Amino acid sequence: MQLTEIRIAGFGGQGVILSAMVLGKAASIFEKGYATVTQNFGPEARGGACSAQLIISDTPVAYPYVTQPDIMVVMSQEAYNRFAPELKDGGTLIVEQDLVRVTGLDKKKEIKVYGIPATRIAESLGKKMVLNSVMVGFFTALTGLLDPDAVRKAVADSVPSNFRELNLQAFDKGFECGSTASPNTVETELEAESVTEAG
Amino acid sequence: MKADPRGVLTGEHFIDGDHACCEGALAAGARFAAGYPITPSTEVVERFAARVPTVGGTFIQMEDELAASITLQGAVWGGAKAFTVTSGPGFSLMMEHIGYAAMTETPCVFVDVQRGGPSTGLPTLPAQADMMQARWGSHGDYAVIALCPNSPQECFDLTIKAFNLAEEFRVPVMFMMDEVVGHMTEKVVIPPADQIEVTPRKHTKKSVEEFEPYNTNGDMVPEIAHAGEGYKFHVTGLTHDERGYPNMTPQTQDRLVRRLQNKITSAADRIAMFEEADLNDADVVVVSYGITSRVAQRAIDTAREQGLKVGKLRLITAWPFPEKKIRELAGRVKAFVVPELNLGQMALEVERAAGGQAKTFSLTHAGGSVHHPEDILKVIVEASR
Repeated sequence: MQLTEIRIAGFGGQGVILSAMVLGKAASIFEKGYATVTQNFGPEARGGACSAQLIISDTPVAYPYVTQPDIMVVMSQEAYNRFAPELKDGGTLIVEQDLVRVTGLDKKKEIKVYGIPATRIAESLGKKMVLNSVMVGFFTALTGLLDPDAVRKAVADSVPSNFRELNLQAFDKGFECGSTASPNTVETELEAESVTEAG
Repeated sequence: MKADPRGVLTGEHFIDGDHACCEGALAAGARFAAGYPITPSTEVVERFAARVPTVGGTFIQMEDELAASITLQGAVWGGAKAFTVTSGPGFSLMMEHIGYAAMTETPCVFVDVQRGGPSTGLPTLPAQADMMQARWGSHGDYAVIALCPNSPQECFDLTIKAFNLAEEFRVPVMFMMDEVVGHMTEKVVIPPADQIEVTPRKHTKKSVEEFEPYNTNGDMVPEIAHAGEGYKFHVTGLTHDERGYPNMTPQTQDRLVRRLQNKITSAADRIAMFEEADLNDADVVVVSYGITSRVAQRAIDTAREQGLKVGKLRLITAWPFPEKKIRELAGRVKAFVVPELNLGQMALEVERAAGGQAKTFSLTHAGGSVHHPEDILKVIVEASR
């Protein structure tokens, strides 16, 4: 668990902050690492753009902010446009593929892009609200950064008890998608879909 | 004595600094808070309001900060451990009653989660610009204690310390957080109650006949008796004698005001807490506190990688200022670098304590974010020359 900088961004209501809290809790409480979460505070957090910064490390975290994220999770186009240029060379970009069109990424940076229709999956499970747990599951499988059991425990520990089962199902579904996902297939899928919709 | 287990949420938590501060207060035995909501401090009392009924206590949301800061003192004189929580604009309103607490020797804690100022300033963004206000904000001569946590864990640990110091010295303690530390989430370990040391009120053991409210019996800190216990009871912001009666003579004024100051300054070495590293071979010492100490850490690490002899002195106690430590270092280092989220406040104290023996580089920032570690590094390099 070497020092890893992660940014999670989207709009208010998608569970952006909770996703960061779950991953941070998994790293620092259910595994023996360190994690620091900071979040943007301000009027923009209400219904608009929302972003959390998470640093995970096997040694104590001093500087609490992300400077060049190794991993970025974006769940809105606005968040993508604003934050994607920050990504480190060779970094990992995870997008809500129905909500984010990945454009203008610098090929030379060799960024690995993964997409998942997290909102649609959450809706198929019965509640759109659990899209963040889908994302967290997807993240966990793709990055291999954290022990899946630790993250699962953190999910269970962080959500209201009456939604625990549903969130765990969402986590498992996301994890399953992440286990079989291959990078850099998003753009093509997006384009194909928009053509179908237009037709 | 040990903490009351009812107030101690033993375990490992992933919570922010504001919530950790609340848990620290509960563990320390605080059973009363009065407050008026203000970003970025509201979460402290929000949690307290939810938690305190389960341990047997009271939270009152007052009409403003003036009311909050005096109501809590009423609770203290009724026997409770009490505190209030605010940020810059509210802290300004509380100044009158901080002086009252100092004058009446009311043990209590004022939490200030610092944001950008002056005035309404930057409600949601950090600063460390209330440091001098914490020391000098109320009129007249008095002394306080001020602590600066730099993590949620310290928000827990040092809030307990703040309450303990308040009781030991019968003084208002300023708990100087900042927006980043308040809103940052990290693991906080809360130990079992029997591992938490809590300082009880310095209650008198004397009989009702013998007791005088401000007779220190040769000590620096008088014993206390609460309202309604049958003891003589008189609390006033007027200059008072040992019996608590107003007394306007210069002699009484001199005796009282000097004691209010000396009870803290004479114990400064014992109160002083700091974290130090690599000071033995240091040419340059970075002096910082609160969130800035964590930003500075990155600059210090980079500087040492480059072979610069940089040491760290992190102030945990800001007031009383650990001037003895600075003076001792000033005799053997080239310079101090003092980054802080203000236009140079504690840097003045460092410069004063250094007494011209070593140079002081004040690295200012008006607030709204934190320093760039590179900017701190540049000044370390300059100071090393």
